[in-house]
Amino acid sequence: MKKLIYLDNAATTRTSEEVVAAMLPYFTEYYGNPSSVYEFAGVSKKAVSESRRTIAETIGAKENEIYFTAGGSEADNWALKAAAEAYQDKGKHIITTKIEHHAILHTAEYLEKRGFEITYVGVDENGSVKLDELEKAIRPDTILISVMFANNEIGTVQPIREIGAIAKKHGILFHTDAVQAYGQLPIQVDEYNIDMMSASAHKLNGPKGIGFLYIRKGVKIRSFVHGGAQERKRRAGTENVPGIVGFGKAAELAVKSMAERTQKETELRDYLIDRVLKEVPYTRLNGHRTNRLPNNANFSFQFIEGESLLILLDNDGICGSSGSACTSGSLDPSHVLLAIGLPHEIAHGSLRLTLSAETTKEDIDYVVDSIRTIVERLRSMSPLYEDFLKKNARNR
Amino acid sequence: MYSEKVMDHFNHPRNVGEIENASGVGTVGNAKCGDIMRIYLDIDDDGIIRDVKFKTFGCGAAVATSSMATELVKGKSVQEAMQVTNKAVMEALDGLPPVKVHCSLLAEEAIHAALWDYAKKNGIEIEGLQQPKSDIHEGEEEEEEEY
Repeated sequence: MKKLIYLDNAATTRTSEEVVAAMLPYFTEYYGNPSSVYEFAGVSKKAVSESRRTIAETIGAKENEIYFTAGGSEADNWALKAAAEAYQDKGKHIITTKIEHHAILHTAEYLEKRGFEITYVGVDENGSVKLDELEKAIRPDTILISVMFANNEIGTVQPIREIGAIAKKHGILFHTDAVQAYGQLPIQVDEYNIDMMSASAHKLNGPKGIGFLYIRKGVKIRSFVHGGAQERKRRAGTENVPGIVGFGKAAELAVKSMAERTQKETELRDYLIDRVLKEVPYTRLNGHRTNRLPNNANFSFQFIEGESLLILLDNDGICGSSGSACTSGSLDPSHVLLAIGLPHEIAHGSLRLTLSAETTKEDIDYVVDSIRTIVERLRSMSPLYEDFLKKNARNR
Repeated sequence: MYSEKVMDHFNHPRNVGEIENASGVGTVGNAKCGDIMRIYLDIDDDGIIRDVKFKTFGCGAAVATSSMATELVKGKSVQEAMQVTNKAVMEALDGLPPVKVHCSLLAEEAIHAALWDYAKKNGIEIEGLQQPKSDIHEGEEEEEEEY
């Protein structure tokens, strides 16, 4: 295989060997259905329960407040739809933000079509939710506030503590999509007044297809998948035992290594950001300079388009992602980049690089050199750059 | 995602650049939608396209269709260049993903815009040539509802 520098860890991560090793016995050896009565199935049941306890402990929750789902999107869908249904007698107004993941935004649109009113709170130029705007949006019929813990594109960490306090003060349910933050930042649900929280295993070196929704005891939301009595009758379906075991292992490892890992990632991230901003002209960093996910860097390179950049990086063995229209399958660039106030043409030229514990300084050096060459090449064939240079020459 | 031909034209684009004092220059697309193409034509007194250059801001398909379009019109008469449709560009590239078809339309439009500029400058009329739309995305159909 050609050189591979994987800097798309916000998309997904490599499942760690330890996680795979923990999962394997639950495919071929202990394959019993946790709901069965015989002793053999008890092994599976015990594994699920241990994993649930491990995960609960990582966020200061109780074991019976963790509900396994098929991933982050399902958890987000569940939180919004079920809360809307359960609390609609109290009101039909929900507050969220303009920079949420589509799992939240499209669910919110779905609810809008069914008679709910949604307020999408804006963010400042760094991508931080405007707290005054959020508090002003609260009405007597507001039943839910949903704000992501950290943004998946630009990495900005949100003022979750403050939002939790606002929600508590007004007696409103608070959900946070922590898919990008869980395993990267310390999260304690009580400290932040979080009532519901979504997470996904494959963002923290766990397997794909398994996530959880934390639901605080007393939050009266109902079943999302109807059927058997699994997950305290709230989410039916035979448990994904290997997935749950893998998630538990991944969570345990992520929390154990968090301090050291994120410090190293932050250093490399800052090195990457500094070098790119210094060496590539007409470039900006998207998201908050410091208050961002330890592994996230997001740039906009003026006069070029993101997909072209990604293909050329791929030629050099570098995996990244972009918020350009061409990579989203629509004509509009990323809603997050537009929400922080970027003009369309600058949003199209964005590049997100997300590091892992395995990323080295050599990788970053190679990547920066590659970016510099590619951006130069794409600019040399960009009519926007040509116009810019001519305009500059005229003004001189 | 892309055919080998598209990748070849993206990685090794033909005829990138500018032509000074070109016979015709056309720019289409808009930065808002993420693609802009500019085509320069050098047309001799017999109406033959002697040289053609392009500059493109856009995705892989936008670059590849620009490159292919310049290849297809080079050495042709103005009338022949009018036959280089988006379909011809797509076929020459062994097809494009459905979401990228608009890039080939943009390439056709860019050639037309450059020819229009040439015709205007020389006070001639080219059969079948209409004033190009400045924005290829105008009038495009809304995406289907998903729910």
